[in-house]
Amino acid sequence: MHRFIPSTKEDKKAMLESIGAADMEALFVDIPKEVRLDRELALDESKSELEVTRLMNETLGKNISTDALTCFLGAGAYDHYVPTVVNHLSSRQEFATAYTPYQPEISQGTLQVIFEFQTMIAELTGMEVANASMYDGPTACAEAAMMAVAAGKKKKSIVVSETVHPEVIKVLESYLRHRDVALIIAPMKEGETDYEKLSTLVDETTAGVLVQNPNFYGVIEDAKKSVEIAHGKKALAINYVDPLALPILESPGKQGFDIVVGEGQGLGNDLQFGGPYLGFFASTKKLVRKMPGRICGESVDSRGQRAFVLTLQAREQHIRRYKANSNICSNQGLVALRSTIYMSLMGKAGMKEVAEQCLAKSHYGAKVLTASGKYKLAFDKPFFKEFALVGDKPTKEVNGKLVEAGILGGYDLGPLGVKNGSLLCFTEKRTKEEIDQLASTLEVI
Amino acid sequence: MSKIVEGLLYTEDHEWVKVEGNKAKIGVTDHAQHELGDIVYVELPEEDDELAKGDVFGVVESVKAASDSFTPLSGTVTAVNENLEDAPESVNATPYEAWMFELELSDTSELDGLMDAAAYKAFCEA
Repeated sequence: MHRFIPSTKEDKKAMLESIGAADMEALFVDIPKEVRLDRELALDESKSELEVTRLMNETLGKNISTDALTCFLGAGAYDHYVPTVVNHLSSRQEFATAYTPYQPEISQGTLQVIFEFQTMIAELTGMEVANASMYDGPTACAEAAMMAVAAGKKKKSIVVSETVHPEVIKVLESYLRHRDVALIIAPMKEGETDYEKLSTLVDETTAGVLVQNPNFYGVIEDAKKSVEIAHGKKALAINYVDPLALPILESPGKQGFDIVVGEGQGLGNDLQFGGPYLGFFASTKKLVRKMPGRICGESVDSRGQRAFVLTLQAREQHIRRYKANSNICSNQGLVALRSTIYMSLMGKAGMKEVAEQCLAKSHYGAKVLTASGKYKLAFDKPFFKEFALVGDKPTKEVNGKLVEAGILGGYDLGPLGVKNGSLLCFTEKRTKEEIDQLASTLEVI
Repeated sequence: MSKIVEGLLYTEDHEWVKVEGNKAKIGVTDHAQHELGDIVYVELPEEDDELAKGDVFGVVESVKAASDSFTPLSGTVTAVNENLEDAPESVNATPYEAWMFELELSDTSELDGLMDAAAYKAFCEA
């Protein structure tokens, strides 16, 4: 018997003989006849590798992807550049095949990467500690809300801005539904959180206040206001951020946020049909014992050499059980590795340049798309790499025409109440020519 | 052999109680600190918290577990030992000096249910 070759007829016969079973049927003799299927499964006959390849190519050929379309779609998942080195290194067998370590201290290399990842996230967000990662941005956000509730002892509600990504809000609702915690939505005003209304909704029963920056509509908010409001009522201030924007925005740590979370996909990971993605989670040191997930620490071994450990594990569910901070007992190792390689490769200067290019290109886009007056910006507010554009036709129709021209249009904001509204995204990958082509195509729709 | 101090009252959860008027200071015994291992963090209640006998007053975290700790008496928290935040290991070193919190008792009859040093010694040896 070999690891990578299926058992032969002879192998099976020998195995059956050694346990004294006459045939395969003899192994199922304990299953009652009433629940047996009594027929073969309704599956196709097996196909040859060539037939399967042909079938897959035909099926996949019905898709079009960002390989063929110029992508102006964002809304939480972004077409940022992934340097080839990231693919090359993360595909190494030692990284790609290793499962999450259950005897972590034996995997010093794995722990070192996690430690580096945590350090970079802490630096990027301006926070004191970061964990080894969560499944994705939205669940990291839900865990942040629950951490605020746990830290707030008797507090019973979370106030979230309407400008937070609608799918993040849905995830929050799911997580809080069976806990005794109310989710209160603070309304938006002209594309930004209405901070005046927000302050009326935050009171002594509020455990946490959550705002997104840049928000779902791409608008750069005056998020510091939410910190003042939250702390004024002894609630925690939570920030949901775009890591690609952090190099040029005031750091959430400096703004006084208690917990910072977000989606790390844009840091060196492809769109990948929606996953696996990467949640990052950072907080003040004061709150570290309430933090969910794994945390990697730096220590010395018995010989005084630098060594890495998983630390503060007594909070986790395999030890603390039903009183654990969370039931998460994993992290997005490979995805976080790719982000770590990306951030190392780009460095502070490179990441700053990516942010500046996004800013420059989105503003150029806004300028040329609104030049003729046919389209307008929905909100007159500062923005980072996305903005909401309003035209004279429903987005679905516009996007259909754009696809014919080889362009992937923006997120349909119609269902969110912005009539004929489209959320367009301009990453560092977009060229002036592509943006001009978008503008000229939109002009004649 | 665990150390037991005269003049204190004890519980079956291995806590000690020092009564001072209508207040009581509460900590964990030598036996408890030995079982818990090296203590790295003590989560304490806040002043003015109202506790009923049997309520969780906090968490004692060692390298191997984070254990809920229960109050043997009912009352209002009047003080917490802030030293434990920076020096949780003092619970291991001097368990009878490292008091955790102080309660203003709401029901002194609850003291009747506690053990004296001799009874606690017998309990430990059983």
